[in-house]
Amino acid sequence: MAFGTISNVRKVFPVAELGLRAKEPVVALDDASFIFERGELVALLGPSGCGKTTLLRIVAGLLSKTSGSVRIDGREVDGPMGDYGFVFQSPSLMPWRSVIDNVLFPMEILKRNDKAARARAVELLELVGLSGFHKARPHQLSGGMQQRVALCRALIHKPNLLLMDEPFGALDELTRMEMNDLLLRIRKETGASVLFVTHSIGEAVYLADKVIVFSRRPARVSKEIAVALPYPRSQTTRFTPAFMAAERAASEALGIVPHAEAAAS
Amino acid sequence: MNARAVFTQLAYPVAGLALIVGLWALACRLGNLPTVVLPSPDKVFYAFIDKLPLLLVEGWVTLKETLYGFLLALALGLPMAVAVANSRTLNLMFYPLLVALQSVPKVALAPIVLVWLGTGLESKLAIAWLVAFFPIIVDTAAGLRATPKELVELARSLNASRTQVLIKVQLPAALPFVITGAKVAMTLAVIGAVIGEFIGGDTGLGQRILVASGNQRTDLAFAAILMLSLLGILLFTLVALAEKILCPWYDKS
Repeated sequence: MAFGTISNVRKVFPVAELGLRAKEPVVALDDASFIFERGELVALLGPSGCGKTTLLRIVAGLLSKTSGSVRIDGREVDGPMGDYGFVFQSPSLMPWRSVIDNVLFPMEILKRNDKAARARAVELLELVGLSGFHKARPHQLSGGMQQRVALCRALIHKPNLLLMDEPFGALDELTRMEMNDLLLRIRKETGASVLFVTHSIGEAVYLADKVIVFSRRPARVSKEIAVALPYPRSQTTRFTPAFMAAERAASEALGIVPHAEAAAS
Repeated sequence: MNARAVFTQLAYPVAGLALIVGLWALACRLGNLPTVVLPSPDKVFYAFIDKLPLLLVEGWVTLKETLYGFLLALALGLPMAVAVANSRTLNLMFYPLLVALQSVPKVALAPIVLVWLGTGLESKLAIAWLVAFFPIIVDTAAGLRATPKELVELARSLNASRTQVLIKVQLPAALPFVITGAKVAMTLAVIGAVIGEFIGGDTGLGQRILVASGNQRTDLAFAAILMLSLLGILLFTLVALAEKILCPWYDKS
């Protein structure tokens, strides 16, 4: 059985939850189904407001679903599970904590903040290249560095699933590429499964084993693209025919370019 | 801060003060104003030194009224803000009320408070509490509600209890707001205490100002006002110091 099974997930926000001006319920997610295996990196790709973030929050147990089923590692998700890592678009660090204490925050909540946790925090910070910054405050770091800390925080409790909501969307192009390579390295070392929300086609193809393309609202899965590129990938991978083919397939699914067959006929 | 920055930060305000005091002295001399109307700075200074023991004793009374009122406002305001910010029902019931009550001139209630509590420390403390309470509860509640959504979700995704979310996320996030409220509250508490002293009783700097003016000792009234200002500055500095210690990250981020 697959590690993760998302089947026919639907989310409707009723009028009562939408504030005073809403007149009709909003269908944020119409019908999402896909599966993924342990250790796979799956990119959820789609236009802004297509419900991919909603799906991520449902998988995290932060949001209830209207219907459908989400099973991760054999368990039906029906609330926070406590063993996922979450990375937001903004680093969302706590300004009152030092870098290392930010990383250790999940361990405090889980009441496992012991010596081993500290050692792991030190290790993780080293892995992302922030060895000398344990005692620094978040405001002393650049945006990219802050997001590295957020990544460590998401990994500290050895989650079996990493949920990432456009984590590098606010970074500049070069930093973003760096962070992509860092994520691939971390994935290799930790073996974590990753669900990665993005609206960048290049990023989705570069990172993922599999790209799930969402259509515009009401969002449904419009296509699943297996990315046939071997790991380890590097920035030169971006210029290979296989990479461009995958990018083209994703663009077609998004309706940005016409389908190859249609164009030929 | 380097020595040069410290010098700049200090030198300019001191120069400004010197300029104003100089103009004041000049106005007294050239205008030939009687001391009862406007005592010259040196007369005020002399009265300040001459009556220093008295001013210190009375200042101590006002300080206690202010500080107790402020601390009571903090002790009651914080838990009430937590309740209002975390309960939808309580929030809907009381938050609009609190905001509306904030604009009521609380000092207008002072005479009634004196009727209830007499002319001793209690009534002054109560008036100081009354004016200090609202900024603390309103700012704290605003701070708790302004906690970044992601941080709360992060904690929730880890199955955090409500108490954990409150203590580890919401309260630290609200701390700068609490301090902002506390700064306003402390300044208002001094005013509250002095108003209380104006209305009844026979101690405190407010009472001293009243009596000195009545006796046409304007120089002494000014000296008492000077002491009151020093008191206000001292108390405000204490809160500012608490800010530096409790949230050193705040002004930098």
